[in-house]
Amino acid sequence: MITEPPVLSTEALTIRFGGHVAVDRVSCAFERGTLTAIVGPNGAGKTTYFNLISGQLRSSAGRVLLFGRDVTGLGAPRRARAGIGRAFQLTNLFPDLTVLENVRIAVQARHASGFDLWSLATRRRELIELAEHHLSRTGLLDRLDATAASLSHGDQRKLEVAVLLALESEVLMFDEPTAGMSVDEVPLVLDLIQEIKADRSKTILLVEHKMDVVRSLADRIIVLHNGALVAEGAPEAVIASDIVQQAYLGTAGSGAGAGHG
Amino acid sequence: MLKALLSEDYPRSRLLTALLVVIVAGLALAPFVFPGIRPLNTAATICVFIVLVASYDLLLGYTGIVSFAHTLFYGIGAYGVALALDAWPASWGAVALGTALGLALAMAIALLIGLFALRVQAIFFAMVTLAVASACLILASQLSGLTGGEDGLTYRVPHLLSPAFRLVDGKVLGVRLDGRIVSYYLLFLAAGALVLAMLRIVNSPFGRVLQAIRENPFRAEALGYRTAVYRTAATVAAAAAAALAGALMALWQKYTGPDTTLSLSIMIDILLMVVIGGMGTIYGAVVGATVFVLAKNYLQLLMAAAAGATAGLPLLPQLVSPDRWLLWLGILFVLSVYFFPSGIVGRLRGRGGEGGAPRG
Repeated sequence: MITEPPVLSTEALTIRFGGHVAVDRVSCAFERGTLTAIVGPNGAGKTTYFNLISGQLRSSAGRVLLFGRDVTGLGAPRRARAGIGRAFQLTNLFPDLTVLENVRIAVQARHASGFDLWSLATRRRELIELAEHHLSRTGLLDRLDATAASLSHGDQRKLEVAVLLALESEVLMFDEPTAGMSVDEVPLVLDLIQEIKADRSKTILLVEHKMDVVRSLADRIIVLHNGALVAEGAPEAVIASDIVQQAYLGTAGSGAGAGHG
Repeated sequence: MLKALLSEDYPRSRLLTALLVVIVAGLALAPFVFPGIRPLNTAATICVFIVLVASYDLLLGYTGIVSFAHTLFYGIGAYGVALALDAWPASWGAVALGTALGLALAMAIALLIGLFALRVQAIFFAMVTLAVASACLILASQLSGLTGGEDGLTYRVPHLLSPAFRLVDGKVLGVRLDGRIVSYYLLFLAAGALVLAMLRIVNSPFGRVLQAIRENPFRAEALGYRTAVYRTAATVAAAAAAALAGALMALWQKYTGPDTTLSLSIMIDILLMVVIGGMGTIYGAVVGATVFVLAKNYLQLLMAAAAGATAGLPLLPQLVSPDRWLLWLGILFVLSVYFFPSGIVGRLRGRGGEGGAPRG
């Protein structure tokens, strides 16, 4: 029987900045329908690892495979169109455009309508309706005409998630989606991720500091430390392991401690 | 009808709407309301510059590209028509061929500059365009066998556009309907069509991608848009519009030389007009070009009148002497940029427009 290749995998993925190895030979496979949490102390290389996968950074060595196909040579736009969608840790939106427009542009990217020079953007109803659908899922339907810059931090984080949903990509990468959100806003985003996960058709990668979140959402945890993958496995086992207690929970800030115990 | 013409992108301010109506009506009726050679020449210049400035706004205001090669495309369009009319007898065929060749060459050069230079940082792109534009200016001045060198080219235009042509015998509303009037309306209609086309482009899905790239190119890439490709396409589209503006100017002036088409001082004028009018609005081009060209053409006359009126007073006549018009023009622009950093259109929309409305 021929086994299907994993949706996404990295093989000995490495990046060096001068003498510093930020991501060190990380090999890992991500299967369809699973949610993998990536944890590790600040500076462990989690976001850099994400940047290597989604193409914002080019690796010094190693490969990134999407459906078994080598995408290491492709830039960020091509990887996005091949199915790697990314939400950013530091909010990364189009500040002077409206909430609707931010998402509509992502929908348009998904539907390859960027080179339509003659129809009116306001008349492409199907794109707008899709954008509104993703905005309703993130609870932003009442802020359609506000500029992204004018939103509260929490709403900007939700918009970031809506933009990712609009890409409808196979791989969804969330980089601390709830960072800086107020306590009552967090459940909406977590429920949304849970909902996508329950569908079991997407492959989700999640960088998250809060251990209770990781415990409840993740199928699997991988631990990065000094750029290297040091532990991998089921959430409870990994969190309980010595290496995590020592490398992560022992040295990390209050965010990690809050969820522990 | 109006909705489709304006691509659902309205002025969004009563004062701005009024201003635009006055400008468009003034230009439409210019031959009858402001008779005479000088006013008509000013009106024609405004029409051409509206197109040129709007096409530059496509780059600077919508896509966030700083280019100094815009007069190059304008010049290529003008020289296309000029060379064709210089080489062949004045016919519409020659005009069409010259326009088409100029358009094709301008677009090809824009494509090359875009493909080679838009991958690099913005400042290098600006430098590359400056270098190419300067090189072409020198080339046009030195190839005197072909381009007439510094003296430029003087040529005849098709009979329909020449002053000797009469549309009707006698006068209409006190104006003789000669070839100049026909030329003017050709310019006016072509400029109107081009501006509306650009308004359409900036409000298309493509135009929205350009704005996204201006706002956050990094994010646009992460969504799957190859920014270099879109920036190049914007450069080519802007070059095409600029070349057509040049072709119109060549038809109007019956003269094309390096100083009137390729010079960097025109480039700086375009930059000023975009900034004064308001970047990323297209309407800003209409307002900016009108204000600037009027100021450039009439400030001197106004100052002469002021100097005459204050003749008996100390110091004042010297200050407002017509010889100092450039000083006052400069002061006016420093003040306008200082007080209206978002341009006249941005200022008017900020007051009368809906808050939080999308830009562009």
